[in-house]
Order: sequence, then C-alpha cells, then structure tokens
Amino acid sequence: MKFGVIVFPGSNCDHDAYHVVSKHVGQPVEFIWHKETDLSDFDALIVPGGFSYGDYLRCGALAKFSPVMQSVKNFAAEGKFVFGICNGFQILCEAGLLDGALLRNRDLHFICDHVNLRVETNESPYTTELETGRVLSIPIAHAEGNYVCDDETFDKLEANKQIIFRYCDENGVVNDKSNPNGARSNIAGICNETRNVLGMMPHPERACEELLGSNDGIDVFKSLTKAITANMEE
Amino acid sequence: MKAKVYVTLKPSVLDPQGKAIQHSVESIGFSQIEEVRQGKFFEIALDSSISEVEAKNITERIAKEVLANPVIEDYRVEVEK
Repeated sequence: MKFGVIVFPGSNCDHDAYHVVSKHVGQPVEFIWHKETDLSDFDALIVPGGFSYGDYLRCGALAKFSPVMQSVKNFAAEGKFVFGICNGFQILCEAGLLDGALLRNRDLHFICDHVNLRVETNESPYTTELETGRVLSIPIAHAEGNYVCDDETFDKLEANKQIIFRYCDENGVVNDKSNPNGARSNIAGICNETRNVLGMMPHPERACEELLGSNDGIDVFKSLTKAITANMEE
Repeated sequence: MKAKVYVTLKPSVLDPQGKAIQHSVESIGFSQIEEVRQGKFFEIALDSSISEVEAKNITERIAKEVLANPVIEDYRVEVEK
C-alpha cells in the first residue's frame, strides 16, 4: 500500500498529511510534485490544504491545470481513492471531480478554529471506522469554505448519501448557529457518486494527536487504510 | 485585437463582498444604492492576424474553461479591434 501527497506550488498542509500517514497510520507515503503524471505506484492520493497558486483567480482554479490533474482524474475513474482536504477540496470541485463550489465565507473572515462535525453516514470508505451521528472535533482554517450547489445537485447529494460531514454543535445538532461559513445545509464534506473521492474543508490531519487538542481525525485515515486494503485484496 | 471578459456571480449566488461594499458606499452618504455585486474583469490581448470571429471563439473558450466557474459564475465576452 502506498499513499501519495500531491504538492502544488503553495500547498502548505502537505507535510501534515505526510506526517499523519507515516507516523500515525504507519503506511508508506511519498510526495508527488504537481508536474508528475505517472501515479501507477499509488493506491490513494491526498490533495492537501494550502494556497495552491496563491489562490489566484479562484481557490483551486489554476491547480486543476497542473499536469498531475489529468492523471488524478484517471486515477479516480479507476475507483482509486482521492482525498481532498481544504484547498484540496476546492481543487477537486474546480476539477469537476466533486459537485459544487466553495465561495468566500458568509462573514468574509478567514476562520481558524476547532469546529464540531457530525458524521452523516459511515457508508463511505472514509468513515467506516466512525459511527453515523458521531460528533468529531476537527479544526478549520479557511476563508473560502462556503459550500454552494444548485437545488438539483443538492437533492442528488442527499439522495445518494454523498454528504459525509456537516457542521454541528457539540451535541450534534445541525443549525445555523453551528455553521461557521454559511455552507449550504452546513455541508463540510461530500463524496462523489462512486464514493472513492472525498472532499472536506476541515483538517482531520491536524487532529490526530491528543497534544493538538483532538485525535478525532485519525479514524478517517484508519477508515481509508482499511478501504485500500480491501481494494487490494479484490 | 483586444478581448474583454466580464465574470459575474450568478444571480442565485450570495455576494457578501458586494454587500460589504454596499454598506461602505452607504456609509459615505449614497443612500440611493439598491445593490452592489462584485465581479471580475479581464483584458486579453490577441494576435492581430486572427479574425474577429476567431478571437471571439478563442475568448469564449478561455472564459468558459478558465476564467469563470460555471457552477457559480456567468461570463460575457466582448472583442474590439
């Protein structure tokens, strides 16, 4: 099993993701420079957070033209796992691998805070080690995390259980008060129809050690590792 | 040949930046403002050897594939000699 962490100019959570996979998940992991096109060595890709291309034009808009992205699309089409975190989520939306878009936060501020997330379903390769309804404490750090999509897309996401995480309060109640950025229906993370591509604004890789205030994020990586193992045995 | 591209948020998309600008405008005494919507404007210089139709086609593609995100934005292209 091998994880790859894609590095764009301006990525800055690449080392955090690498650290978690190597130290806490205990699996081989390599950085992949965005000019690479051969991804045949990898079983899962992490598109990390940061400010790819300085957020020029729109967050993630220029990263989608990096040479690696065509290979990422093919990789995802083969059913392999692509996990976008924060700017990675924005990139996957811009690249058309996930539905919708991420806009400027409702109150225009950059928000750096621990938030509560409700696991909307454990029926995804990223949440099998979690219970549906469990509340996770995971940090967010973004200015453009306001998830938007049209009604038709939203209905599809709901019907297919593609909404994986929602912002909630500490008791798991999803309401406007617990919505940090104005995201539609408190959406914090979604997957694609085939469930192998996940994007989320919060940073589970920053919540894998008690020392950092929470280790709730590690179960996301454990779930993914289990899914990769199952994929390899097929 | 010069092309201009205007990228605007779709009417259904909220624009908190436009709202903040509107409040600032109102704070200096312009009470007649109904709404401010923020967008982007691009000027693209094109090779003078191509025709106006070609320039329009190229710019439309650039606007659609790069400058605007069709999920949230609309665009308008103008070409001038």
